Amino acid sequence: MSFRTSASEAAANPLIPHTAELIVGFIAFTLLFLVLRSKVVPMFEKAFTARTEAIQGGMDKAEKAQRAAEIALEKYTAQLSEARGEAQEIREEARVQGAAIINDLRTKAQDEAERITAAATASIEAERQKAITSLRNEVGSLATDLASKIVGEALDDQVRQSRIVDRFLDDLEKSN
Amino acid sequence: MRRFTFEEAGDGFIPPSTADFDLPPVFGNSEFTTKPILLVFLSVILISVFFVLASRKALVVPNKLQFAGESIYAFVRNGIGQEIIGQEFMRFVPYLFTLFTFILTNNIFGIVPILQFPTMSHVGFAYVLAVFTFIVFHWVGIKKQGLGKYLKAIAFMPGVPKPVYLLLTPIEIATFFLVRPLTLSLRLFANMFAGHLLLLVFIMGGDHMLQGVIGLKLIAPFAFAFGIGMTFFEFLVQCLQAYIFTLLTALYIAGALADEH
Repeated sequence: MSFRTSASEAAANPLIPHTAELIVGFIAFTLLFLVLRSKVVPMFEKAFTARTEAIQGGMDKAEKAQRAAEIALEKYTAQLSEARGEAQEIREEARVQGAAIINDLRTKAQDEAERITAAATASIEAERQKAITSLRNEVGSLATDLASKIVGEALDDQVRQSRIVDRFLDDLEKSN
Repeated sequence: MRRFTFEEAGDGFIPPSTADFDLPPVFGNSEFTTKPILLVFLSVILISVFFVLASRKALVVPNKLQFAGESIYAFVRNGIGQEIIGQEFMRFVPYLFTLFTFILTNNIFGIVPILQFPTMSHVGFAYVLAVFTFIVFHWVGIKKQGLGKYLKAIAFMPGVPKPVYLLLTPIEIATFFLVRPLTLSLRLFANMFAGHLLLLVFIMGGDHMLQGVIGLKLIAPFAFAFGIGMTFFEFLVQCLQAYIFTLLTALYIAGALADEH
Protein backbone atom coordinates (compact mmCIF):
# COMPACT_ATOMS: atom_id res chain seq x y z
CA MET A 1 0.00 0.00 0.00
CA SER A 2 2.92 2.27 0.57
CA PHE A 3 3.62 2.94 -3.10
CA ARG A 4 0.04 3.91 -3.63
CA THR A 5 0.28 6.66 -1.10
CA SER A 6 3.54 7.88 -2.52
CA ALA A 7 2.11 7.82 -5.99
CA SER A 8 -0.96 9.66 -4.90
CA GLU A 9 1.15 12.72 -4.42
CA ALA A 10 1.48 12.89 -8.14
CA ALA A 11 -2.13 11.87 -8.71
CA ALA A 12 -3.47 14.26 -11.26
CA ASN A 13 -6.26 14.49 -13.74
CA PRO A 14 -6.09 11.19 -15.69
CA LEU A 15 -6.96 13.07 -18.87
CA ILE A 16 -3.68 15.00 -18.77
CA PRO A 17 -1.06 12.93 -20.57
CA HIS A 18 2.48 12.45 -19.35
CA THR A 19 5.01 13.97 -21.71
CA ALA A 20 7.18 10.86 -21.51
CA GLU A 21 4.28 8.69 -22.55
CA LEU A 22 3.50 10.88 -25.54
CA ILE A 23 7.11 10.61 -26.71
CA VAL A 24 7.37 6.90 -26.05
CA GLY A 25 3.99 6.22 -27.60
CA PHE A 26 5.01 8.07 -30.72
CA ILE A 27 8.37 6.33 -31.02
CA ALA A 28 7.07 2.87 -30.16
CA PHE A 29 4.16 3.04 -32.56
CA THR A 30 6.32 4.40 -35.38
CA LEU A 31 8.87 1.69 -34.77
CA LEU A 32 6.27 -1.03 -34.82
CA PHE A 33 4.71 0.44 -37.94
CA LEU A 34 8.06 0.43 -39.76
CA VAL A 35 8.80 -3.16 -38.75
CA LEU A 36 5.39 -4.48 -39.71
CA ARG A 37 5.30 -2.54 -42.97
CA SER A 38 8.74 -3.58 -44.16
CA LYS A 39 9.03 -7.11 -42.78
CA VAL A 40 5.61 -8.56 -42.15
CA VAL A 41 3.06 -7.15 -44.58
CA PRO A 42 5.10 -7.88 -47.74
CA MET A 43 5.75 -11.46 -46.60
CA PHE A 44 2.10 -12.14 -45.83
CA GLU A 45 1.11 -10.57 -49.13
CA LYS A 46 3.67 -12.76 -50.87
CA ALA A 47 2.20 -15.85 -49.24
CA PHE A 48 -1.32 -14.76 -50.21
CA THR A 49 -0.29 -14.11 -53.81
CA ALA A 50 1.52 -17.44 -54.03
CA ARG A 51 -1.52 -19.20 -52.61
CA THR A 52 -3.88 -17.49 -55.02
CA GLU A 53 -1.58 -18.36 -57.88
CA ALA A 54 -1.34 -21.98 -56.77
CA ILE A 55 -5.10 -22.28 -56.62
CA GLN A 56 -5.50 -20.40 -59.87
CA GLY A 57 -2.85 -22.62 -61.48
CA GLY A 58 -4.65 -25.77 -60.37
CA MET A 59 -7.88 -24.44 -61.70
CA ASP A 60 -6.25 -23.45 -64.98
CA LYS A 61 -4.78 -26.90 -65.31
CA ALA A 62 -8.13 -28.54 -64.69
CA GLU A 63 -9.75 -26.21 -67.17
CA LYS A 64 -7.11 -27.01 -69.74
CA ALA A 65 -7.61 -30.74 -69.20
CA GLN A 66 -11.32 -30.31 -69.56
CA ARG A 67 -10.89 -28.35 -72.75
CA ALA A 68 -8.57 -31.06 -74.12
CA ALA A 69 -11.12 -33.71 -73.25
CA GLU A 70 -13.84 -31.70 -74.92
CA ILE A 71 -11.76 -31.32 -78.05
CA ALA A 72 -11.02 -35.06 -78.09
CA LEU A 73 -14.69 -35.85 -77.66
CA GLU A 74 -15.58 -33.50 -80.46
CA LYS A 75 -12.97 -35.13 -82.65
CA TYR A 76 -14.25 -38.61 -81.89
CA THR A 77 -17.80 -37.56 -82.52
CA ALA A 78 -16.80 -36.01 -85.80
CA GLN A 79 -14.89 -39.13 -86.77
CA LEU A 80 -17.79 -41.32 -85.80
CA SER A 81 -20.29 -39.35 -87.83
CA GLU A 82 -17.83 -39.29 -90.71
CA ALA A 83 -17.48 -43.05 -90.50
CA ARG A 84 -21.22 -43.37 -90.37
CA GLY A 85 -21.55 -41.20 -93.42
CA GLU A 86 -18.94 -43.24 -95.19
CA ALA A 87 -20.68 -46.47 -94.34
CA GLN A 88 -23.94 -45.03 -95.60
CA GLU A 89 -22.22 -44.01 -98.79
CA ILE A 90 -20.69 -47.43 -99.23
CA ARG A 91 -24.03 -49.07 -98.64
CA GLU A 92 -25.66 -46.76 -101.12
CA GLU A 93 -23.01 -47.47 -103.67
CA ALA A 94 -23.36 -51.21 -103.12
CA ARG A 95 -27.10 -50.93 -103.59
CA VAL A 96 -26.65 -48.96 -106.78
CA GLN A 97 -24.02 -51.36 -107.99
CA GLY A 98 -26.21 -54.36 -107.11
CA ALA A 99 -29.10 -52.82 -108.99
CA ALA A 100 -26.83 -52.16 -111.97
CA ILE A 101 -25.55 -55.72 -111.89
CA ILE A 102 -29.05 -57.12 -111.75
CA ASN A 103 -30.12 -54.84 -114.57
CA ASP A 104 -27.12 -55.84 -116.58
CA LEU A 105 -27.79 -59.48 -116.03
CA ARG A 106 -31.40 -59.05 -116.87
CA THR A 107 -30.51 -57.33 -120.13
CA LYS A 108 -28.01 -59.99 -120.92
CA ALA A 109 -30.49 -62.75 -120.22
CA GLN A 110 -33.07 -61.02 -122.35
CA ASP A 111 -30.56 -60.65 -125.17
CA GLU A 112 -29.65 -64.27 -124.85
CA ALA A 113 -33.28 -65.23 -124.87
CA GLU A 114 -33.88 -63.10 -127.90
CA ARG A 115 -30.87 -64.55 -129.59
CA ILE A 116 -31.98 -68.07 -128.82
CA THR A 117 -35.45 -67.27 -129.96
CA ALA A 118 -34.09 -65.75 -133.15
CA ALA A 119 -31.85 -68.74 -133.78
CA ALA A 120 -34.76 -71.09 -133.16
CA THR A 121 -36.99 -69.08 -135.44
CA ALA A 122 -34.30 -69.07 -138.11
CA SER A 123 -33.75 -72.78 -137.80
CA ILE A 124 -37.47 -73.42 -137.85
CA GLU A 125 -37.78 -71.25 -140.91
CA ALA A 126 -34.95 -73.15 -142.58
CA GLU A 127 -36.55 -76.45 -141.67
CA ARG A 128 -39.80 -75.21 -143.00
CA GLN A 129 -38.17 -73.98 -146.17
CA LYS A 130 -36.44 -77.27 -146.49
CA ALA A 131 -39.66 -79.12 -145.87
CA ILE A 132 -41.46 -76.96 -148.33
CA THR A 133 -38.84 -77.56 -150.96
CA SER A 134 -38.79 -81.25 -150.36
CA LEU A 135 -42.54 -81.34 -150.19
CA ARG A 136 -42.77 -79.41 -153.35
CA ASN A 137 -40.45 -81.82 -155.07
CA GLU A 138 -42.17 -84.77 -153.65
CA VAL A 139 -45.64 -83.47 -154.32
CA GLY A 140 -44.50 -82.44 -157.80
CA SER A 141 -43.17 -85.83 -158.63
CA LEU A 142 -46.12 -87.49 -157.05
CA ALA A 143 -48.51 -85.29 -158.92
CA THR A 144 -46.57 -85.78 -162.10
CA ASP A 145 -46.56 -89.47 -161.59
CA LEU A 146 -50.24 -89.33 -160.90
CA ALA A 147 -50.91 -87.06 -163.85
CA SER A 148 -48.78 -89.10 -166.19
CA LYS A 149 -50.58 -92.13 -164.98
CA ILE A 150 -53.83 -90.32 -165.71
CA VAL A 151 -52.80 -88.58 -168.84
CA GLY A 152 -50.52 -91.37 -169.78
CA GLU A 153 -47.85 -89.56 -171.54
CA ALA A 154 -46.74 -86.34 -173.24
CA LEU A 155 -45.85 -84.84 -170.09
CA ASP A 156 -42.39 -86.14 -169.85
CA ASP A 157 -41.11 -82.97 -171.22
CA GLN A 158 -39.22 -81.40 -168.31
CA VAL A 159 -40.14 -77.77 -168.94
CA ARG A 160 -43.78 -78.31 -169.37
CA GLN A 161 -43.85 -80.67 -166.49
CA SER A 162 -42.34 -78.15 -164.15
CA ARG A 163 -44.66 -75.38 -165.38
CA ILE A 164 -47.64 -77.53 -164.78
CA VAL A 165 -46.42 -78.42 -161.34
CA ASP A 166 -45.80 -74.80 -160.45
CA ARG A 167 -49.17 -73.72 -161.59
CA PHE A 168 -50.69 -76.52 -159.66
CA LEU A 169 -48.85 -75.52 -156.53
CA ASP A 170 -49.71 -71.89 -156.96
CA ASP A 171 -53.30 -72.84 -157.24
CA LEU A 172 -52.90 -74.98 -154.27
CA GLU A 173 -51.39 -72.12 -152.24
CA LYS A 174 -54.04 -69.70 -153.40
CA SER A 175 -56.78 -72.00 -152.42
CA ASN A 176 -55.15 -72.30 -149.16
CA MET B 1 -3.84 13.55 1.86
CA ARG B 2 -7.32 12.37 2.63
CA ARG B 3 -6.30 8.77 2.12
CA PHE B 4 -3.39 9.09 4.40
CA THR B 5 -5.70 9.91 7.24
CA PHE B 6 -7.93 6.99 6.30
CA GLU B 7 -5.14 4.54 6.53
CA GLU B 8 -3.83 6.04 9.72
CA ALA B 9 -7.27 6.07 11.19
CA GLY B 10 -7.61 2.31 11.00
CA ASP B 11 -8.30 -0.57 8.64
CA GLY B 12 -11.04 1.07 6.62
CA PHE B 13 -11.19 0.00 2.94
CA ILE B 14 -9.51 2.39 0.62
CA PRO B 15 -11.32 2.11 -2.69
CA PRO B 16 -9.05 2.04 -5.74
CA SER B 17 -8.85 5.39 -7.43
CA THR B 18 -7.09 7.24 -10.21
CA ALA B 19 -4.03 7.27 -7.98
CA ASP B 20 -3.67 3.54 -8.61
CA PHE B 21 -2.79 4.33 -12.20
CA ASP B 22 0.16 6.51 -11.28
CA LEU B 23 2.86 3.93 -10.93
CA PRO B 24 6.34 4.86 -9.80
CA PRO B 25 9.35 4.10 -12.01
CA VAL B 26 10.16 0.40 -12.04
CA PHE B 27 13.84 1.26 -11.74
CA GLY B 28 15.83 4.44 -11.59
CA ASN B 29 14.07 7.68 -11.10
CA SER B 30 13.06 8.58 -14.62
CA GLU B 31 9.71 9.25 -16.18
CA PHE B 32 10.78 6.84 -18.90
CA THR B 33 11.03 3.72 -16.77
CA THR B 34 7.48 3.48 -15.52
CA LYS B 35 5.48 0.32 -15.98
CA PRO B 36 3.27 1.53 -18.87
CA ILE B 37 6.26 2.77 -20.82
CA LEU B 38 8.11 -0.50 -20.38
CA LEU B 39 4.94 -2.34 -21.36
CA VAL B 40 4.68 -0.34 -24.56
CA PHE B 41 8.23 -1.29 -25.49
CA LEU B 42 7.52 -4.89 -24.54
CA SER B 43 4.47 -4.87 -26.83
CA VAL B 44 6.54 -3.57 -29.73
CA ILE B 45 9.08 -6.34 -29.22
CA LEU B 46 6.47 -9.06 -28.79
CA ILE B 47 4.44 -8.05 -31.83
CA SER B 48 7.50 -7.61 -34.02
CA VAL B 49 9.05 -10.92 -33.03
CA PHE B 50 5.80 -12.85 -33.36
CA PHE B 51 4.84 -11.51 -36.75
CA VAL B 52 8.33 -11.53 -38.22
CA LEU B 53 8.70 -15.19 -37.22
CA ALA B 54 5.21 -16.01 -38.47
CA SER B 55 5.65 -14.33 -41.84
CA ARG B 56 9.32 -15.07 -42.45
CA LYS B 57 8.81 -18.19 -44.57
CA ALA B 58 5.72 -17.01 -46.46
CA LEU B 59 4.69 -20.59 -47.14
CA VAL B 60 1.92 -21.42 -49.57
CA VAL B 61 0.71 -24.05 -47.13
CA PRO B 62 1.18 -22.28 -43.79
CA ASN B 63 2.48 -23.92 -40.63
CA LYS B 64 0.73 -23.30 -37.33
CA LEU B 65 2.66 -20.15 -36.48
CA GLN B 66 2.18 -18.61 -39.89
CA PHE B 67 -1.47 -19.55 -39.83
CA ALA B 68 -1.97 -17.78 -36.51
CA GLY B 69 -0.21 -14.64 -37.73
CA GLU B 70 -1.95 -14.75 -41.07
CA SER B 71 -5.36 -15.07 -39.46
CA ILE B 72 -4.88 -11.83 -37.53
CA TYR B 73 -3.38 -10.11 -40.55
CA ALA B 74 -6.16 -11.32 -42.85
CA PHE B 75 -8.75 -10.22 -40.30
CA VAL B 76 -7.46 -6.64 -40.44
CA ARG B 77 -6.62 -6.70 -44.15
CA ASN B 78 -9.89 -8.16 -45.42
CA GLY B 79 -12.31 -7.71 -42.56
CA ILE B 80 -11.49 -4.07 -41.91
CA GLY B 81 -9.34 -2.72 -44.75
CA GLN B 82 -10.94 -4.23 -47.82
CA GLU B 83 -14.42 -4.28 -46.37
CA ILE B 84 -14.49 -0.62 -45.34
CA ILE B 85 -12.05 1.21 -47.60
CA GLY B 86 -12.48 -0.85 -50.78
CA GLN B 87 -10.35 -0.52 -53.88
CA GLU B 88 -7.44 1.52 -52.46
CA PHE B 89 -7.30 -0.37 -49.17
CA MET B 90 -3.88 -1.96 -49.64
CA ARG B 91 -2.08 1.34 -49.00
CA PHE B 92 -3.57 1.53 -45.52
CA VAL B 93 -3.22 -2.08 -44.47
CA PRO B 94 0.19 -1.61 -42.78
CA TYR B 95 -1.18 1.26 -40.70
CA LEU B 96 -4.40 -0.50 -39.76
CA PHE B 97 -2.53 -3.70 -39.00
CA THR B 98 -0.07 -1.88 -36.74
CA LEU B 99 -2.88 -0.04 -35.02
CA PHE B 100 -4.87 -3.19 -34.34
CA THR B 101 -2.01 -5.33 -33.07
CA PHE B 102 -0.55 -2.50 -31.01
CA ILE B 103 -3.81 -1.65 -29.25
CA LEU B 104 -4.83 -5.29 -28.85
CA THR B 105 -1.54 -6.33 -27.28
CA ASN B 106 -1.39 -3.37 -24.94
CA ASN B 107 -5.01 -3.89 -23.92
CA ILE B 108 -4.52 -7.57 -23.22
CA PHE B 109 -1.59 -6.69 -20.98
CA GLY B 110 -4.36 -5.69 -18.59
CA ILE B 111 -5.23 -9.30 -17.83
CA VAL B 112 -1.87 -11.00 -18.41
CA PRO B 113 -0.57 -12.20 -15.04
CA ILE B 114 2.35 -10.21 -13.63
CA LEU B 115 1.99 -7.47 -16.27
CA GLN B 116 -1.65 -6.83 -15.39
CA PHE B 117 -1.82 -3.28 -16.57
CA PRO B 118 -3.60 -2.03 -19.69
CA THR B 119 -1.20 0.46 -21.20
CA MET B 120 -4.00 2.35 -22.88
CA SER B 121 -5.42 3.30 -19.49
CA HIS B 122 -2.78 6.00 -19.64
CA VAL B 123 -4.37 8.57 -21.85
CA GLY B 124 -1.11 9.71 -23.45
CA PHE B 125 -0.82 6.59 -25.61
CA ALA B 126 -4.42 6.85 -26.72
CA TYR B 127 -3.84 10.49 -27.65
CA VAL B 128 -0.83 9.56 -29.75
CA LEU B 129 -2.82 6.95 -31.67
CA ALA B 130 -5.73 9.32 -32.20
CA VAL B 131 -3.35 11.98 -33.51
CA PHE B 132 -1.85 9.46 -35.95
CA THR B 133 -5.29 8.57 -37.25
CA PHE B 134 -6.25 12.25 -37.35
CA ILE B 135 -3.22 13.07 -39.49
CA VAL B 136 -3.67 10.03 -41.71
CA PHE B 137 -7.28 10.56 -42.64
CA HIS B 138 -6.97 14.30 -43.15
CA TRP B 139 -3.81 13.82 -45.18
CA VAL B 140 -5.54 11.25 -47.35
CA GLY B 141 -8.48 13.57 -47.93
CA ILE B 142 -6.31 16.58 -48.77
CA LYS B 143 -4.14 14.55 -51.10
CA LYS B 144 -7.11 13.03 -52.85
CA GLN B 145 -9.30 16.10 -53.26
CA GLY B 146 -6.98 19.04 -52.71
CA LEU B 147 -6.98 21.19 -49.57
CA GLY B 148 -9.67 23.65 -50.63
CA LYS B 149 -12.07 21.10 -51.98
CA TYR B 150 -11.56 18.83 -49.00
CA LEU B 151 -12.24 21.57 -46.47
CA LYS B 152 -15.22 22.77 -48.46
CA ALA B 153 -16.65 19.26 -48.55
CA ILE B 154 -16.35 19.10 -44.77
CA ALA B 155 -17.72 22.56 -44.01
CA PHE B 156 -20.42 22.65 -46.65
CA MET B 157 -21.88 19.24 -47.10
CA PRO B 158 -23.33 19.13 -50.63
CA GLY B 159 -27.04 18.64 -51.18
CA VAL B 160 -28.19 20.62 -48.15
CA PRO B 161 -30.39 23.74 -48.24
CA LYS B 162 -28.32 26.89 -47.61
CA PRO B 163 -29.82 28.03 -44.27
CA VAL B 164 -29.03 24.65 -42.75
CA TYR B 165 -25.32 25.43 -43.10
CA LEU B 166 -25.70 27.85 -40.19
CA LEU B 167 -26.24 24.84 -38.01
CA LEU B 168 -24.43 22.15 -39.93
CA THR B 169 -21.12 23.80 -40.68
CA PRO B 170 -19.99 24.29 -37.05
CA ILE B 171 -21.10 20.78 -36.23
CA GLU B 172 -19.28 19.27 -39.19
CA ILE B 173 -16.09 21.20 -38.48
CA ALA B 174 -16.21 20.22 -34.82
CA THR B 175 -16.87 16.60 -35.81
CA PHE B 176 -13.92 16.35 -38.15
CA PHE B 177 -11.35 18.27 -36.17
CA LEU B 178 -12.31 17.79 -32.55
CA VAL B 179 -14.91 15.13 -31.90
CA ARG B 180 -13.35 12.39 -33.98
CA PRO B 181 -9.87 12.38 -32.46
CA LEU B 182 -11.23 13.03 -28.97
CA THR B 183 -13.82 10.28 -29.01
CA LEU B 184 -11.35 7.91 -30.60
CA SER B 185 -8.76 8.38 -27.87
CA LEU B 186 -11.13 8.83 -24.94
CA ARG B 187 -13.23 5.79 -25.84
CA LEU B 188 -10.15 3.60 -25.78
CA PHE B 189 -8.66 5.21 -22.70
CA ALA B 190 -11.88 5.23 -20.69
CA ASN B 191 -12.70 1.63 -21.45
CA MET B 192 -9.30 0.43 -20.36
CA PHE B 193 -9.24 2.75 -17.38
CA ALA B 194 -12.68 1.74 -16.16
CA GLY B 195 -12.05 -1.93 -16.81
CA HIS B 196 -8.87 -1.92 -14.81
CA LEU B 197 -10.53 0.01 -12.01
CA LEU B 198 -13.35 -2.51 -11.93
CA LEU B 199 -10.94 -5.41 -11.60
CA LEU B 200 -9.10 -3.57 -8.85
CA VAL B 201 -12.32 -3.08 -6.94
CA PHE B 202 -13.17 -6.75 -6.93
CA ILE B 203 -9.72 -8.13 -6.33
CA MET B 204 -8.64 -5.58 -3.73
CA GLY B 205 -12.06 -5.63 -2.15
CA GLY B 206 -11.90 -9.40 -1.85
CA ASP B 207 -8.45 -9.10 -0.39
CA HIS B 208 -9.67 -6.59 2.14
CA MET B 209 -12.60 -8.77 3.14
CA LEU B 210 -10.28 -11.70 3.71
CA GLN B 211 -8.58 -9.67 6.39
CA GLY B 212 -11.85 -8.70 8.00
CA VAL B 213 -14.19 -10.49 10.37
CA ILE B 214 -15.36 -14.05 9.71
CA GLY B 215 -18.55 -12.95 7.92
CA LEU B 216 -16.58 -10.89 5.46
CA LYS B 217 -14.10 -13.75 4.97
CA LEU B 218 -16.98 -15.91 3.75
CA ILE B 219 -18.04 -13.33 1.19
CA ALA B 220 -14.53 -12.77 -0.11
CA PRO B 221 -14.55 -15.79 -2.50
CA PHE B 222 -17.56 -14.31 -4.27
CA ALA B 223 -15.67 -11.09 -4.81
CA PHE B 224 -12.78 -13.03 -6.29
CA ALA B 225 -15.09 -15.13 -8.43
CA PHE B 226 -16.70 -11.99 -9.72
CA GLY B 227 -13.26 -10.53 -10.35
CA ILE B 228 -12.39 -13.57 -12.47
CA GLY B 229 -15.66 -13.28 -14.35
CA MET B 230 -14.94 -9.63 -14.98
CA THR B 231 -11.52 -10.60 -16.26
CA PHE B 232 -13.14 -12.60 -19.06
CA PHE B 233 -15.45 -9.72 -19.72
CA GLU B 234 -12.44 -7.42 -19.84
CA PHE B 235 -10.82 -9.64 -22.43
CA LEU B 236 -13.86 -9.14 -24.62
CA VAL B 237 -13.77 -5.38 -24.10
CA GLN B 238 -10.05 -5.24 -24.83
CA CYS B 239 -10.45 -7.02 -28.15
CA LEU B 240 -13.53 -5.00 -29.00
CA GLN B 241 -11.82 -1.68 -28.32
CA ALA B 242 -8.85 -2.58 -30.51
CA TYR B 243 -11.31 -3.55 -33.25
CA ILE B 244 -13.40 -0.40 -32.87
CA PHE B 245 -10.42 1.92 -32.98
CA THR B 246 -9.14 0.27 -36.14
CA LEU B 247 -12.58 0.10 -37.70
CA LEU B 248 -13.27 3.78 -37.08
CA THR B 249 -9.88 4.71 -38.49
CA ALA B 250 -10.73 2.74 -41.64
CA LEU B 251 -14.13 4.44 -41.80
CA TYR B 252 -12.58 7.90 -41.51
CA ILE B 253 -10.07 7.05 -44.24
CA ALA B 254 -12.85 5.70 -46.45
CA GLY B 255 -14.82 8.89 -45.84
CA ALA B 256 -11.87 11.06 -46.79
CA LEU B 257 -11.32 9.01 -49.94
CA ALA B 258 -14.92 9.29 -51.03
CA ASP B 259 -15.67 12.40 -53.05
CA GLU B 260 -18.72 13.19 -50.98
CA HIS B 261 -18.81 12.09 -47.42
